[in-house]
Amino acid sequence: MYTPDNILTTTIDKAVRWSRTQSMWPVTFGLACCAIEMMAAGSAKYDLARYGMEVFRASPRQADLMIVAGRVSQKMAPVLRQVYDQMADPKWVIAMGACSSTGGMFNNYALVQGVDHIVPVDMYVPGCPPGPQSLMHGILTLHDKIMAGEINR
Amino acid sequence: MKEDTRKSKLKFKFDLWATNSEENGWNISSTDEGSQKMLEEESEKQIKIQTGTDVIDDFILEEDTTDDERMIVNMGPQHPSTHGVLRLQAELEGEVVRRVKPVIGYLHTGMEKTGEELNYFQGPTNTTRMDYLSPLFNELVFSLTTEKLIGIDVPDRAKTIRILMTELNRVSSHLVALATGGMDIGALSMMIFGFRERELILNFFEKTTGLRMNHNYIRPGGVAADLPDGWQSDVEEILKIIPEKLKDYDDMLLDNPIWRGRLENIGILTTEECFAYGVTGPSLRASGHSWDLRKSQPYSGIENYDFDVPVLDEGDVFARWRIKVLEIFESLKIVEQALNQMPKGPYKIQDKKITPPPRKRIDESMEALIHHFKIYTEGFKVPEGDAYVAIESPRGELGCYIVSDGSSKPYRMHVRGPSFCNLQALPVIMTDSPIADAVAAIASLDPVIGDVDR
Repeated sequence: MYTPDNILTTTIDKAVRWSRTQSMWPVTFGLACCAIEMMAAGSAKYDLARYGMEVFRASPRQADLMIVAGRVSQKMAPVLRQVYDQMADPKWVIAMGACSSTGGMFNNYALVQGVDHIVPVDMYVPGCPPGPQSLMHGILTLHDKIMAGEINR
Repeated sequence: MKEDTRKSKLKFKFDLWATNSEENGWNISSTDEGSQKMLEEESEKQIKIQTGTDVIDDFILEEDTTDDERMIVNMGPQHPSTHGVLRLQAELEGEVVRRVKPVIGYLHTGMEKTGEELNYFQGPTNTTRMDYLSPLFNELVFSLTTEKLIGIDVPDRAKTIRILMTELNRVSSHLVALATGGMDIGALSMMIFGFRERELILNFFEKTTGLRMNHNYIRPGGVAADLPDGWQSDVEEILKIIPEKLKDYDDMLLDNPIWRGRLENIGILTTEECFAYGVTGPSLRASGHSWDLRKSQPYSGIENYDFDVPVLDEGDVFARWRIKVLEIFESLKIVEQALNQMPKGPYKIQDKKITPPPRKRIDESMEALIHHFKIYTEGFKVPEGDAYVAIESPRGELGCYIVSDGSSKPYRMHVRGPSFCNLQALPVIMTDSPIADAVAAIASLDPVIGDVDR
């Protein structure tokens, strides 16, 4: 049987996972210091557009990834949960920085001690604040995780 | 009759807001409980209020307003152009904002309380995270207040390093203000440009302090480390590149008819309104009043530098944008002078009770080891009393008030954040202006929510 040269064979599973990693649009969820580093990661020098991620969507309906950048207060917690609920599946969460991962240095009445109390977190990025390189490393590790995982989550 | 019912209903709502009763869904007494329980205990009503699907309406309607023209729009807290997690409840009549109410507290971190649990040596770690665009200023004001309480004076080199670093920080902070201000209005190139130039300064900060933000570099008694080798060439590069790039900004925006048309005569703030609401910093100076704490209450030897305080009279959004550009030039003047006059000598006070010894001394001297251990565990004791010091941060008067009870931790630490006071003027700026100008008005005030809520 004749097979043309320009045909690539793959599995649906692999193709879907690959396409998911190549344009993960983050929702704009900047809270505190880390948000500035997130913006720095999106701007000229670090340029998240290389990973198809430069469009920070204001609407959670259009986003795949929530980067919780900064400290989450008790008052912000329900808002965060609602934004997460509004995102369409499949969706991923990165807890950026010490505060959103664990509460960081603020172990007091005002802060949620880790955003994983509210939403499921896929990747923790350490640092206070993590530099843009750290954030990009977290994003790339998340890509690896998606490539290695199942398409039904 | 119908009119009366509506009014009484509104009055009822107003009472609810004022008394903050439990019917309204707020439960004040539960705030000291653990964070895990809080979400379960929240009523649906409270979640609705917090997420903005239900607006608490304490506005009393005017007589001539009809219901179909009036709409309450909730903006935030998760909104890309409110500079963080600010939430606005705006009452619109058509497209015109009639009343607006900023709702803050979405980033309340309890930093003043945490400040009471950290000793004076650890204090800057906490304060630096308040206004995260100008971290060095927060450290400086905390250090100056502590030094005032102890009654010490830092060496000249430490003073000059402090001025050098804070003025560079002012440049980077203003660059972010210009960048995000441009982005909010739709000038996306401005965003890319501003963050690009900021990286230059951040690279220098990273080289000097080890971190890009939240440095914990300025500490009571001096600074944490000396400037790195070759710092002169780095600062010279900054001094060379930034003014060139600022010219690019001017080429792009200053005579740009869209930019001017969008910003001129929008969001006007008069000098009297600034006084009434405690607005300080660039916003006050753009309203025609020359008030800069670097001139009126000099700190850290800034009176020895030659610089001007730019003042504009218009008080509109354009003036507030313009004055930030002018202030960057003045800050760079100070940086240049600091570069040329950097004195030699120690970069922190040589008092063994306040500054930890160098690492090398710990291996050689028993006393050095003891001092090191004492400072890093207990900290140093500060005499009883209270002190207030204010400095000119990029957003205005940043003050720190510390009450000491003679121990090594502050009894009470309060920070007067400029963003908090500037934000009060937001309703004045936004009232009776189109909703499309709201974002420009917020961006021009340049509030940092970390500084508002702390």
